Amino acid sequence: MAKVKTFEFDTLSNHAGHRPDKETGSRAVPIYQTASYVFRDSDAGAAMFNIERGGHVYSRISNPTTAVLEERISALEGGVGAVATSSGQAAVYNAIATLVDQGGHIVASYALYGGTHNLLEYTLPRFGITTTFVDPNDIEGFKNAIKPETRLIFGETVANPKTEVFNIPEISKIAHDHEIPLVIDSTTTTPYLMKPFDLGADIVVHSATKFLSGHGTTMAGLIVDGGTFDWEATNKFPQMTDKYEGFHNLSFTEEFGPAAFISRVRNEAARDFGSCLAPHSAFLVLNGTETLSVRMDKHISNTNQVVEYLDQNDMVDWVSHPNLTNHPNHDLAKELLPKGSTAVFSFGIKGGREIGQVFIDRLDLFSNLANIGDAKSLVIHPASTTHQRMSVEALEEAGISEGLIRLSIGIESVDDLIEDLENGFRAAAKALKK
Amino acid sequence: MYIDVDNQKTYIATGSREHVEGNLGMTFIHGTAMDHTVWTLAGRHFARKGLNIHALDLPGHGRSEGSVIDTIEGMADWVIQALDATQQEKTIIVGHSMGSLVAFDVAARYPDRITTLVMVGTSIPMPVGEVLLNSARDDLHVAKEMVNFWSHSKSAHLGGSQVPGTWMIGKLQRLLERSGPGVIYNDLKACQDYTSGIERSSDIKSPTLLILGEDDFMTPVRNSKSLAENIPQSRTVMLPNCGHAIVNEAPNEMLDAIATVV
Repeated sequence: MAKVKTFEFDTLSNHAGHRPDKETGSRAVPIYQTASYVFRDSDAGAAMFNIERGGHVYSRISNPTTAVLEERISALEGGVGAVATSSGQAAVYNAIATLVDQGGHIVASYALYGGTHNLLEYTLPRFGITTTFVDPNDIEGFKNAIKPETRLIFGETVANPKTEVFNIPEISKIAHDHEIPLVIDSTTTTPYLMKPFDLGADIVVHSATKFLSGHGTTMAGLIVDGGTFDWEATNKFPQMTDKYEGFHNLSFTEEFGPAAFISRVRNEAARDFGSCLAPHSAFLVLNGTETLSVRMDKHISNTNQVVEYLDQNDMVDWVSHPNLTNHPNHDLAKELLPKGSTAVFSFGIKGGREIGQVFIDRLDLFSNLANIGDAKSLVIHPASTTHQRMSVEALEEAGISEGLIRLSIGIESVDDLIEDLENGFRAAAKALKK
Repeated sequence: MYIDVDNQKTYIATGSREHVEGNLGMTFIHGTAMDHTVWTLAGRHFARKGLNIHALDLPGHGRSEGSVIDTIEGMADWVIQALDATQQEKTIIVGHSMGSLVAFDVAARYPDRITTLVMVGTSIPMPVGEVLLNSARDDLHVAKEMVNFWSHSKSAHLGGSQVPGTWMIGKLQRLLERSGPGVIYNDLKACQDYTSGIERSSDIKSPTLLILGEDDFMTPVRNSKSLAENIPQSRTVMLPNCGHAIVNEAPNEMLDAIATVV
């Protein structure tokens, strides 16, 4: 059968979205550090404001450097378009705010990044949007939690810190049977390890602060539209299908077809909420994308060895990583994530919280901080930091115990990483004996 | 908005503006397995300029009901019915790819109805490769991938969209995937079979603009030369570094070119 040969991942991760600058020949993506853009003439200005021409008006809405990043991630994900945001949290909020009105409801996995949990559990209810949290392994639970006012299902590809793998193929079917989209946070896996659109997701969000930028330097987020969800098959999304008074009665589905959602994000959320990405930050994320596959391979190979080491360590009560056959999603991870599942995972140290602190404080190469996806290895105690606002019940539900330690494995020499961990365990063992 | 054409519910995009009685019409016709959304920017522009925009979804395409029409001449006759249904005595007509053949045929056979003809990404004849046609006949997904692949210039496969944040390849692919079973084959076959068109070139009475992409693989520039030579009042705008999907790759240059004849 005939086959179409398109550019492959590593080519797109280096080139997509950018043509060398015509004026200067600059090979690198220029940083367009400008707030606004001179109109060719008054009529062209009017045309830009009325979405008659492609181009940029004001950097809150779009910017040439940022647009390269948006295109590049769309290309890597296989979407129709993207909007970059000032952080991953802004991406999650803007995606939700575009789809869910006051009185709306969300069904979400309870295995979520703490910041997302805060947004869904505590902040959005102030605006009349509520969430039902479901065990990500309870497929029927998602179906049962859907109400007439539910407008989306939300989950993370591989959750942080307990590494639950979200069953996108099965849960997307449930979402589509109920005429609602599946929104997936793909931060920990990146498009290199998994392409959620290929599995049934409709919208992907990223914290590009993590592996996409990859060096712990930059706050950034992205919303990517898969362009497949049929907004007109239901009357649940008038913001997509009906005339929008806020833009001269524009109907996004009528005018933009498969790019309806992302067009609404740009022309409403970016315009009105203002969480735009700075062009310099976009440039830094673009630099990260160029080495994405190389870094992810190293993150994963290092992780594989560290997981094996921890699994055999006497000071470790348990390790939660899909590589291990006792992980509930071991088989699912092999199916959905054949190149590797995640470099962010957790383990339980013998002796609980106090011994965990001794362990963390003894580490030299692993940095104790609130981030993941850096080229450098990271460690944190979630119960007292990233997830501290969750109630005891919610922590238990999410499987975050007092002794849980989260690692984000970097791309250093793995022997040095294991030696660093060994030093930590030695100190922990000593403290445990006291 | 929806109108009734030949007892079928037919969709017409108006550039988000109401038609004004007495104003000149501007009719847009999409290409193979596409719909009115390829004209959104241009439609909005010329609507603001006071033209009554009719970006049609051909029968069986986009939001229009009915069965697909299997010849270019048949599509042209249907366009005339649509003009009648919207009381357009005369119109500027703009077509892309297959739509350019339809626009051409309307202008050749119904010259009194057309004030200006614009053909975007065009050639007559418009041959279709055997592999593509066979894949389309078998309704294989790869046919849509092929159309998408060959519709874009080499550089467009790496992006550089004029519409910020848009991945052109992904957007056109999704649009093609929205077309129903058999639509892509019908349209490609209609293009392939429209072999007598060139003989009608001299019948074109209206000023004609050809907008061509220098890197067009679907309708290569060399195939457009005879068209440019045979249409009495024709002018060509050649877009460098642009493929067949001019509506996607160079919407700004296309709009500027069309504006010169409106």
